[in-house]
Amino acid sequence: MKKRLLLFPDPLLSGLILLLLTGGLVVLYSAGGWVLVERQMVRIALGLCGFLLVTQIRPERFEQFTPYLFTLTVLMLVAVLLVGVTVKGAQRWLDVGISIQPSELGKITLPMMVAWLFRHSPMPPRWSTLLAAFAVIALVAGLIYQQPDLGTALLIALSGLFVVYLAGLSWRLMAGISGFVMLSLPVLWTFLHDYQKNRVLTFLNPEADPLNRGWNIIQSKIAIGSGGFTGKGWTEGSQTQLDFLPEHSTDFILSVLSEEFGFLGVLVLFLLYFCIIMRCLFIAYHAKNTYNRLLCGALSLIFFVYVVINAGMISGLLPVVGVPLPLVSYGGTSILTLLLSFGIITAVHKHKKLIQQ
Amino acid sequence: MSTPLKQPHIERQIFQQRLWVAVLIVVLAFAVLISRYFYLQVINHSYYTQQADKNRIKSNRIKASRGLIYDRNGVLLADNVTAYRLLVTPEKAGDIEQQITALSTIIPFTEKERDDIRQQLQYNPIFKPLVLKDKLSDQQVAAFVVRQHQFPGFNTQAYLIRQYRYPIILSHVIGYVGKITEQAYLTADKSMYASDDYVGKTGLEKYYENQLHGQPGTLRTVINAQGKVLSKQIKQPPTNGEQLTLTIDLALQQAAYEAFGDNSGSAIAVNPNTGEILAMVSKPGFNSNLFINGISHADYQQLTTSPDNPLFNRSIKGGYEPGSTIKPYMALAGLFYDLIDKDYRYFSRGFFQLPGQERKYHDWKRGGHGQVDIINSLAESVNVFYYDLAHRLGIDRIHDFLQPFGFGQITGIDISGEKKGILPSRGWKRAFRNMVWFPGETVIAGIGQGYFVITPIQMAQALAIFSAKGEVNPLHLVQQEITSSRLPMDIKPADWQMVHDGMIAVVNAPNGTGRSIRSDDYLIAGKSGTSQVYGKSEEDIYKKSEDLPKELRNHALFIAFAPAEQPQISVVVVAEHGSSGSKAAAPIAKEIIDAYLNMKP
Repeated sequence: MKKRLLLFPDPLLSGLILLLLTGGLVVLYSAGGWVLVERQMVRIALGLCGFLLVTQIRPERFEQFTPYLFTLTVLMLVAVLLVGVTVKGAQRWLDVGISIQPSELGKITLPMMVAWLFRHSPMPPRWSTLLAAFAVIALVAGLIYQQPDLGTALLIALSGLFVVYLAGLSWRLMAGISGFVMLSLPVLWTFLHDYQKNRVLTFLNPEADPLNRGWNIIQSKIAIGSGGFTGKGWTEGSQTQLDFLPEHSTDFILSVLSEEFGFLGVLVLFLLYFCIIMRCLFIAYHAKNTYNRLLCGALSLIFFVYVVINAGMISGLLPVVGVPLPLVSYGGTSILTLLLSFGIITAVHKHKKLIQQ
Repeated sequence: MSTPLKQPHIERQIFQQRLWVAVLIVVLAFAVLISRYFYLQVINHSYYTQQADKNRIKSNRIKASRGLIYDRNGVLLADNVTAYRLLVTPEKAGDIEQQITALSTIIPFTEKERDDIRQQLQYNPIFKPLVLKDKLSDQQVAAFVVRQHQFPGFNTQAYLIRQYRYPIILSHVIGYVGKITEQAYLTADKSMYASDDYVGKTGLEKYYENQLHGQPGTLRTVINAQGKVLSKQIKQPPTNGEQLTLTIDLALQQAAYEAFGDNSGSAIAVNPNTGEILAMVSKPGFNSNLFINGISHADYQQLTTSPDNPLFNRSIKGGYEPGSTIKPYMALAGLFYDLIDKDYRYFSRGFFQLPGQERKYHDWKRGGHGQVDIINSLAESVNVFYYDLAHRLGIDRIHDFLQPFGFGQITGIDISGEKKGILPSRGWKRAFRNMVWFPGETVIAGIGQGYFVITPIQMAQALAIFSAKGEVNPLHLVQQEITSSRLPMDIKPADWQMVHDGMIAVVNAPNGTGRSIRSDDYLIAGKSGTSQVYGKSEEDIYKKSEDLPKELRNHALFIAFAPAEQPQISVVVVAEHGSSGSKAAAPIAKEIIDAYLNMKP
């Protein structure tokens, strides 16, 4: 009994995640062949090791180390800007023996830091705490935007904002901030890079430029729609197999699933995600202190946002922002970060259980 | 550290409230996503399936091969042969400009061709091979294949192209094919025609286009996003064009063409019992193979500026006066209207005058022929006999009698472009010239002169009816069922025999104008004629046409059929500027008849 608790502190969550990872590999095989599956399996194995390690850590330690981890993140982000490796016109990587992407680290450490700021604050929070939180968020988002990576900057800012929201920021203030953001959008537009503007424009009317910018989204919709209710069958999707679907092992892997497994496959996938998110929110709901519940809540919600943005983007509901489908898309760093987040959530759950015992 | 304001239960409550709102948003978001995927995958499934198929499946056309054309004995006249063209797939080639320059030692390109290629390259669909040059010579193909590795993306492709085995002698009968024009393609049935298809432009190729073209098949090609072909499948095989078997006898056509020597003109040989055209020559012909891939400017210039006008199909477009070849029909009209009979005699003084008029209508023979009956009027071609007969018939009766023979009307033969010609009448002159008819015009109509404009094919149709003694068999070039009929006039057999005898006398009587072509083997019936090239003054009537410059000489006409008792072949010959029907045209008719009757088993 004790050993089971140690290895699988939350068999339900772990089980759901393993199911999702396995399903993702099946789809990845169709999208990219055995080579990609092998590499992905190595990353998953690494990620799972990290996951298991993190589950063993007492949540008090996270709280304790938060300022140091956050400082490390900020330093690395600055380092990226100074000595980073440029890939596809953006400096996102730091080469220290292995390539690491500090912005991925920020996905965990920023909500940690914001939650840390709120850990002893009464609810609703005081102004000074709020200002400190916004300053921290703006610092990280600003550094990442400089790379430049607007999408990640916004998403990371959002993960920090989720903490602020969960900490009980007054609805009135939130409405005020949202209104301010809405009004400043036209101003922001002028600061966007051309490729970022194009993404938005393509989202608004993909058919206007079917061969270039709109191609991805049109082909993705064709892949999804032609999948029908039951799909064309595993490795039978013409859009995927004949390369009409772009980036089908990374950002557009859900299109592959939609094409080959149909609406039924999509329903199963959404159900898995829904259960994972609900389970995490449940853990956050029952977490024992402010820091733990804020961190778990924000990590769960940002995971949910990834799912919605990816599923919305490839089906033409949202602009193409380059967010992978969490735990399924090919690519290492994102899986590692996500599994570590789930490790933290599981650790919180395990700790609560131990206390109850 | 804990401030006194901190109230764990309220905080937990606020947090849980916030979490419930978040849960609500999560549920809503998944509901929206599921609806979106339901909309794409279930509601719009068929639309996107079509789009997916359109992406990967390309339907290509498999061209049907054009129907072959044979002569009546099964000799192949129009064939399809393999030719080679040079293509380039721009995506696989390097600098095309440079490559074409490098190619020029093997396959030269003109500046204009290079300009065209530059233009076409701009609109060329991805991975579609572009045709750079059609109809490469064997040497060019061989030289290119050896060096093909130096020209990535360039390749040769075999295709079928029309080839005429006897291009010159049959150029006006078969016609030729050429690339469909942009304009014609716009209105063409796209399921049958592609923009680079060949269509019949003239002659039988044009008239029988629908039968010859065939139905293209479809080839289903599955491609990937890069345009690479993954699989091919014939979805529907093409139906090749129907073959045509002509009524033309190649050997006779050849003989007829050669019989003209250097002369230009037209000859048409018909089996009067069936309406089958055995030979139809318009000389000079032209090399119809030149037209298939677009004729070169120089060649075209030569053909259009040649004084012989080789592109002009004299057989169906050439308008001539029938001249004296109309006389047998006139004699028959006289017999039909009971104006003359076998005992009728007319005294020829050498000229004819209308009552109360000064003007003399002269005979070709100064001093006249004396007493002439019907037979001799034809044998000696006595003009005054027919001046008088025409005057007595009147132009309206002449018109009404000649019309059923097909004069002045399109015969409906199976090539298009026939000229209607003119069969003059009082009504025609009023309608088209807005003038009244003068009696003198009736007089010269008696010898086939005046307003007559008759095509050789009309003469051939009339002669076929005449030699078959009133049986009408529509002329045709492709073997087919036809419906025979008879002339509407009820002409007595004895009258038919009398005019036939007159034509037999032309060739066989001692005084016959066509005696030079008499044959010991079979009885030939004939009649010579002269078609005036310009209006002569009264004195010029006696001047020999041979003494005039060639382009001013009269056209020589001869009509004949044989064997006269049971005609198997009827022949019309127009020898342009041949002056005398009996001298220039009759020998050609004789050669055709000989060729046909001697080769028959």
